[in-house]
Amino acid sequence: MSLNTISIKQAREGLSKKKFSSEELVNACLFEIKKGKSLNAFITVCEKEALEKARLSDKKIKEEVDLPLLGIPISLKDIYLTKGIKTTAGSRILEDYIPQYSATVVKNLEDAGAIIVGKTNCDAWAHGSSGENSDYGHTKNPWNEEYVPGGSSSGSAVSVAANMALSSTGTDTGGSIRLPASFCNVVGLKPTYGRVSRYGIVAMASSLDSIGHFTKNVDDSALMLSITAGKDPNDATTPDNKVDAYENYLNKGVKNIKIGIPKEYFLEGLDKRIKEKIKNSIKLLETQGANIEYISLPHTQYAVACYYIIQPAEVSSNLARYDRIRYGNDRSFFGDEAKRRIMLGTYVLSSGYYDAYYKKAMRVRTLVKKDFDNAFKKVDVIITPVSPTLPWKIGEKTSDPLAMYLSDIYTVTANLAGIPGLSVPIGFIDNLPVGMQILGPHFSEGKLFQAGKACEYA
Amino acid sequence: MKINVKHVAKLANLPLSENEEKKFEKQLNEVLSYVKKLNEKDVKNIKETSQITELENVTREDNSSFSLTQEEALSSSKKNHNGMFKIPKIF
Repeated sequence: MSLNTISIKQAREGLSKKKFSSEELVNACLFEIKKGKSLNAFITVCEKEALEKARLSDKKIKEEVDLPLLGIPISLKDIYLTKGIKTTAGSRILEDYIPQYSATVVKNLEDAGAIIVGKTNCDAWAHGSSGENSDYGHTKNPWNEEYVPGGSSSGSAVSVAANMALSSTGTDTGGSIRLPASFCNVVGLKPTYGRVSRYGIVAMASSLDSIGHFTKNVDDSALMLSITAGKDPNDATTPDNKVDAYENYLNKGVKNIKIGIPKEYFLEGLDKRIKEKIKNSIKLLETQGANIEYISLPHTQYAVACYYIIQPAEVSSNLARYDRIRYGNDRSFFGDEAKRRIMLGTYVLSSGYYDAYYKKAMRVRTLVKKDFDNAFKKVDVIITPVSPTLPWKIGEKTSDPLAMYLSDIYTVTANLAGIPGLSVPIGFIDNLPVGMQILGPHFSEGKLFQAGKACEYA
Repeated sequence: MKINVKHVAKLANLPLSENEEKKFEKQLNEVLSYVKKLNEKDVKNIKETSQITELENVTREDNSSFSLTQEEALSSSKKNHNGMFKIPKIF
């Protein structure tokens, strides 16, 4: 077993017991990044800085400084602003943009001792479900390089799956963490809207953007959230709600937990083999004492349509700022998908169409949210598939945007409702990974970890 | 309702080639005909949701805090003059 295959928890133990150094750990990740170059998971690798910081961390470890991520190598989606390190958002508009400040989350992670090994590839502006919309070339699935890794946080998921970093950050506006987590066999968390600050992260659709992460297991996901979550004066959507002690949920088990299975997520269109796998996982949770209840979320069928109005509308507004004046290149540098979304958004917000599209979608959003409110009166968490299909072949959907958009069918609902979602790996079909989604009420991340951890035993 | 790509691209200040206009028109009309699905639902009496965790009027003390220096703010701009951004003529 090489060093970089271990979890954060194992790494912390090894580091504090001096079984290995942070420098060795970072080197192992850097070696893996070089070896896996064909995966195209990184846009920028910070080799020199990472090694310097590792040596500094080793000194601190010797001095018995205790920080939750001291000496731990992580990667960041290249949409997180990093002071002094190029940040592209996967777009050529920002090909030479060096931020003057870091995102709140980056600061929190660095204050906790984390070492940034690099900035990961992603669909430009986080627009995409496959990783193919990056202006820096597509990322490949480490389990089979002919397949997509899922997007938009493609390189982040790959960097964790391929042991190039022990954890990675992502953003999830319609499934951009959960989908690649599922396609790459790692754990991916989309926290409650506002639980983690968006400050310093390139905005996609501001009423939907959630800031989360990828890890190798549920324990690490809980640890990462305990560092990133909380109020930030620079993001008014972060509430005062106390950050839970997430680690306390991890070993509670699922005895007497009520799990809802929404029938709308298991209809036609879902790969039968995925359905079987999820059924088996649910059965295993039942044998651990969970109570299963079949529920309905009747407005699910409208979610994708609702999402593909609200999201492009907000995208068109957020991307209006790129005009080459303060930073970046001019608007001719936008790629196809950004152009599509800007135009779609401009159209639905334009005079005469606003009521028919945007206003209507905001009302349907209320219905989607109410579905979940009602469901969570009866159950603690909800289990669904993450994706209706297995990872698809690179190039398969690139000329058909609508087909690509429909792959978000099981994930966009959580963004519309603002609720948290955890994607956990549940095995393989035809040697390709399959994930399962656990959803809960606002600010119930602890419960998701509780149920997610039980799936790891299952 | 069909999208007029040329007009929308102008509103959004997006330079498009003729080929792009054709390609996007087809693709965007497909998406628009899909999102029309929402018309099946009567939502006349439903309230709109914009802030999903229902926060309202979030304020803070009016104190100055971290901000970029003039030099930092200009550091990524391609054209500047006398400590100011240089922009194309508007009038």
